[in-house]
Amino acid sequence: MIATREPGPSRLRQELPREAEPPRLLGSLARWLWLGVGVLALLLFFSLASDDWFTIVNYCLIAAIATLALNLLSGYTGQISLGLAFFMGLGGYTAALLGGNPPAGPLDPWGLGLPVFIWLPAAGLVAALVGALIGPSALRLRGFYLGIVTLALVFIGNYLFRNLTFITGGPQGRNFPVPAFGGFSLDQQNSILGIALTSGQQYFLLILVVLLLSALFVYNLSRSRVGRAMRAVRDHEVGAAIMGVNLFEVKMGAFVLSSFLAGVAGALYVSYARYVIPDYWSLSLSIQFVAAIIIGGIADVWGSILGAAFVFALPQVIDYFSLLPPSTGGGGLSSGDLNALLYGLLIIVFLLFEPGGVIGLVRRLRPGGPRPQKLGTGASAGAAVKEGSESIEVVDLQQRLPGPGEERGSGGTGAS
Amino acid sequence: MAYFLQLVFAGAAQGCIYALIGLGFSIIFKASQVINFAQGELLLVGTYVVASAVLNWHLPFLLALPLGLLVTIVIGLLFERLVLRRMIGRPPFTILMITIGLDIILRTLVIVGWGSRTIPAATPFAVTSGFNVAGVHLGSSDLWTIGVTIVLCAALYYFFRHTRYGLAMRATALDQEAALAMGIDVRNVYALAWGLAAAITTLGGVLLAIDSLAIDPNFGNAALVAFPAIILGGLDSVSGAVIGGVIIGLTSVLTAGYESRLPAVVGTGLHEVTPYLIMILILMIRPYGLFGSRKVERI
Repeated sequence: MIATREPGPSRLRQELPREAEPPRLLGSLARWLWLGVGVLALLLFFSLASDDWFTIVNYCLIAAIATLALNLLSGYTGQISLGLAFFMGLGGYTAALLGGNPPAGPLDPWGLGLPVFIWLPAAGLVAALVGALIGPSALRLRGFYLGIVTLALVFIGNYLFRNLTFITGGPQGRNFPVPAFGGFSLDQQNSILGIALTSGQQYFLLILVVLLLSALFVYNLSRSRVGRAMRAVRDHEVGAAIMGVNLFEVKMGAFVLSSFLAGVAGALYVSYARYVIPDYWSLSLSIQFVAAIIIGGIADVWGSILGAAFVFALPQVIDYFSLLPPSTGGGGLSSGDLNALLYGLLIIVFLLFEPGGVIGLVRRLRPGGPRPQKLGTGASAGAAVKEGSESIEVVDLQQRLPGPGEERGSGGTGAS
Repeated sequence: MAYFLQLVFAGAAQGCIYALIGLGFSIIFKASQVINFAQGELLLVGTYVVASAVLNWHLPFLLALPLGLLVTIVIGLLFERLVLRRMIGRPPFTILMITIGLDIILRTLVIVGWGSRTIPAATPFAVTSGFNVAGVHLGSSDLWTIGVTIVLCAALYYFFRHTRYGLAMRATALDQEAALAMGIDVRNVYALAWGLAAAITTLGGVLLAIDSLAIDPNFGNAALVAFPAIILGGLDSVSGAVIGGVIIGLTSVLTAGYESRLPAVVGTGLHEVTPYLIMILILMIRPYGLFGSRKVERI
């Protein structure tokens, strides 16, 4: 088990300085350049793109926020969750309840008609609150058990959404509020600073701001002490606890923050779609986000955005260019099917050969770039042992903290 | 009273189906510590093949069934051999995700191949066949389901207790290294577990399809209802899966039967979530299931 490892001390010297000092956000010239290119590309897109493209990109950016939420919980902290759709639904219906129009008839769902700067944060807060209530019992469970309990949340949520007719409109669905600031509503053309903006462009700006804030937050969190604690919990729970990480606090924090972001994404989604039925918040939605973090890149902000683009924008792009016939229900390959096949296949291919996802591939191919972050560093050892990953992780710990005068490999590593 | 007994009978039959699907999960989990998320889609492919064989190719049901079993066994074995074997030693998160990948592929292939419309299921029985005892209708498909499950459980019991390969599987589940040292080919054990699980699950699916008369691409979700069953029994307990399955089947059918008599606040579709509610309740009290073994964390 141990023999397959490369010698310890050389690894130590190579890796520690880089990991000990978190990368700065805009430290180097290259990063400033990339920022410039990004801003330029956004400006070009913003001024040239047609309405159809805004629709595709806006949905994709909303999905990117939710993908970040899942990556925070599953990618950084290693807690399997299939419950993302449930928390998005919570956020969506909170937005509807707070921001929706007051009911006209007795059968209409409720709405308080509050403005966007109340219902958007509230959507996140309610989802986070529910996350905080569920968290303590759910997070007692680990691995598969947590995955299955969060899966149960999706089904229980679906039952609630179908039956709480006064909020959700029942199985037929309900309308959702348009973001509005006073008399300034995002569903019509408005001019800001003398520039006339279409509805799609205004949504784009709003969503982009929320996405940027979320991405910055997740990125900064991941570079902080908390972020390192999260990764430690992911890589080896017992090891992290021994190193003084409070497992419960870290897991709860990740769970609550992830629920918050998911709630915000859900609210943005429904308010952009304007209408949603309870069945939208299904298990397959959760699974699409799982596909997004794996294909894009586990525990990576850019990876989340790329993954969301791949899973959520690609079928629309294929449809836009009419490359494949639309789905008729009678069989044959439609764009959605092709995409599903592709991402199913890519999940397997990436997990087998490049656990860092697309972004890991990019980082590895870029000369001088940081080494890709791998999910489960025990992978390379490939030992056919039951508790293989655990024992290998512990070997790692010992390699990084060799006792004074201790010969490498002589410690009691025969754990399992 | 006759109504109650009728529900209990139907619940027991449905519970047997969940037990079969749950057996598939726990056999794989016990052998290789993997939860196979694609189980539902293996079942889906199997039922579609059986339905096509009977309705389109006009094969007799008793020939179509082995064909469906064969297809899913081959898929299970290929996936185990080509994908999962390279994943040994990876964290559970990764392995769960990779089975989700297979799940997506199989489901999409079914939609591409057969379309997303509902098609009739293959059945060897007339819907109304069966007989009445004291006002309770015992349908032949339900009787067959219960009978098949009992026979299969007995066979599995014998297999795990008294045959060479069954003992090899149990030894591997208990201690992989010791099993290797004793000359057991652990790779064969994995393959055997996947083949066995695929076959049993497909059998459960075909029986469920007979019961529900029609199938569509969401049919594989039946396996998600078997999750509460295996969690209830404990992931690594084979007999627990059977008991859990029956409990889930009974509660689900009884809730469905009495749902209309509950206050209106409860709404519709409660029986779809009772299995999950029970599961969560059990997990709060016993995080390792009713019959599961508590895992000791070693460093």
